[in-house]
Amino acid sequence: MTELSNAVDIANAVRHGSVSAVAVLDEYLARIDARESSIHAFNLVTREQARAMAAKVDADVKAGRDPGPLAGVPIALKDNMCTRGVPTTCSSRILEGWKPPYDATVVTRLAEAGAVFVGKTNLDEFAMGSSTENSAFGVTYNPHDTTRVSGGSSGGSAAAVAAGFAAASLGSDTGGSIRQPAALCGVVGVKPTYGTVSRYGLVAFASSLDQIGPFTVDVRDAAVLLEAMSGHDPLDSTSIPQPALSVQGSLDRDVKGLRVGRITDLPGGSDPEVEARLAESFDALAAAGATVVNVELPSMKYGLTAYYLIAPAEASSNLARYDGVRYGLRVDAADTNAMYMATRAAGFGDEVKRRIMLGTYALSAGYYDAYYGKALKVRRLISDDFARAYQKADVILTPTSPIVAFPVGAKVDDPLSMYLCDVFTIPTNLAGHPAMSVPFGTGAHGLPVGVQVLAPTLGESVMFQVAAHLERVAPGGAK
Amino acid sequence: MPVTPQARISPDAVAKVARLARLDVTAAEVDRLTNQLAGMLEHFADIDALDLAAVEPMTQPYPLVNVFRDDVVKPGLDRDEVLAVAPAAEDGRFRVPPIIGLEG
Repeated sequence: MTELSNAVDIANAVRHGSVSAVAVLDEYLARIDARESSIHAFNLVTREQARAMAAKVDADVKAGRDPGPLAGVPIALKDNMCTRGVPTTCSSRILEGWKPPYDATVVTRLAEAGAVFVGKTNLDEFAMGSSTENSAFGVTYNPHDTTRVSGGSSGGSAAAVAAGFAAASLGSDTGGSIRQPAALCGVVGVKPTYGTVSRYGLVAFASSLDQIGPFTVDVRDAAVLLEAMSGHDPLDSTSIPQPALSVQGSLDRDVKGLRVGRITDLPGGSDPEVEARLAESFDALAAAGATVVNVELPSMKYGLTAYYLIAPAEASSNLARYDGVRYGLRVDAADTNAMYMATRAAGFGDEVKRRIMLGTYALSAGYYDAYYGKALKVRRLISDDFARAYQKADVILTPTSPIVAFPVGAKVDDPLSMYLCDVFTIPTNLAGHPAMSVPFGTGAHGLPVGVQVLAPTLGESVMFQVAAHLERVAPGGAK
Repeated sequence: MPVTPQARISPDAVAKVARLARLDVTAAEVDRLTNQLAGMLEHFADIDALDLAAVEPMTQPYPLVNVFRDDVVKPGLDRDEVLAVAPAAEDGRFRVPPIIGLEG
């Protein structure tokens, strides 16, 4: 693996003028040139735009203006975040070539913080998948083993950071789409509290679940990115009206006295090595003076069902907008209805069609109460379970993924087995809580394992406090 | 009464859902989707046994209600820029095929 620089060090060096943003960018572009053909992290490398952004950062430094906390940091954006004038595809034929007329709020905020955008990363089409194999533009391979998947749906963003193509990246997480690829690629991935990061300009998948978050090489970088992009945005009506999160202060705080929850009825089926790493993470926190407490989440096992009814139902509604009228693909036909049906049949891939069908069915007359209505009630049960658990525990630890990165093609013909990859990440989205994956040693074939730290709504400080400790004591030593 | 996976959704129901979802599907796709959706619905039957009568549905994770912006005129997206990326436009508007169907 390439030696990875972190975003904080890059920004400090650029702000103090000890290295230029253009020189940093050149190094990252050289790595992309050397290895992107075997990884395919990107749908588009925005070379010229990146050079212009880096040059502006350097000009600011020269003129004595502070370019911001992410000065000159090369950052990759998941290709479901709108970038004005730059193609945004969601890895779908239906949006191929579309250039949004506006920037997502996260894009604006990171640019204002001095970031340099190197490209748009590959994903499972419309963020539906757990392996980045459901992309209209090809698979993203795992930088640790290019015969294996990078996870998904934000596989391109995870792989870009793991391969050293970007110092950090952004992903979106609806049921684990940041945390699971972070675990499989051996990087840090954060899904913040629902409502803390604006989704204005994020192409919607399931609106009561979607949240944007960072991928980074270490926990401190994730804290810095989250602080730069969180905070109220009037353009997103689900944005919590409060200032940006403040989490850096908790990174060096002692974990002594914290109550760390272990789920006694955690769904089984994980790799033995994954279970061993989780046990070691509890031991490490106990050794540092934290108290491991048992918690029960009896409804967690129903999370998968609730999620795979709610998310497709919301998706079937959100994706109704791809009708060939205002943007993207149009397949001509004699009348509008025939045009809608032909356009959507040609533009969407199999997994997207499957989920639109499932969601439309779950919402249709006669089935709404049996499927969607019931799923919303199960969602409440899971949320109530968490509320009880957090009376006893400050954070909860689980594996991020039950398995390490699997071979490309291993699960493509069995959608349900792919869905089972999300068993530990889904409950967080249903509850709207924050959770993050921290690299913690390796599993089968020497592949990365992630431990997931879960916290209650707006519990980012204690979540980062525990994640930073796990990073310091992770097998294989600190970076 | 036990329900077999195939009994959970019929090919006719799949074809109807495809029409509701505005998706052209071939006969082969209907067969494949029927099998896949039936398998999923079978898995999702794990919640059938739960007593949910007294449970309040949860529709959103954070209790914000009635979020409005100030009622003031603000510039929207640039019309020409929006129409420039549309599949077809004419006279400052989106152009579409006839809305009255030819298929009845």
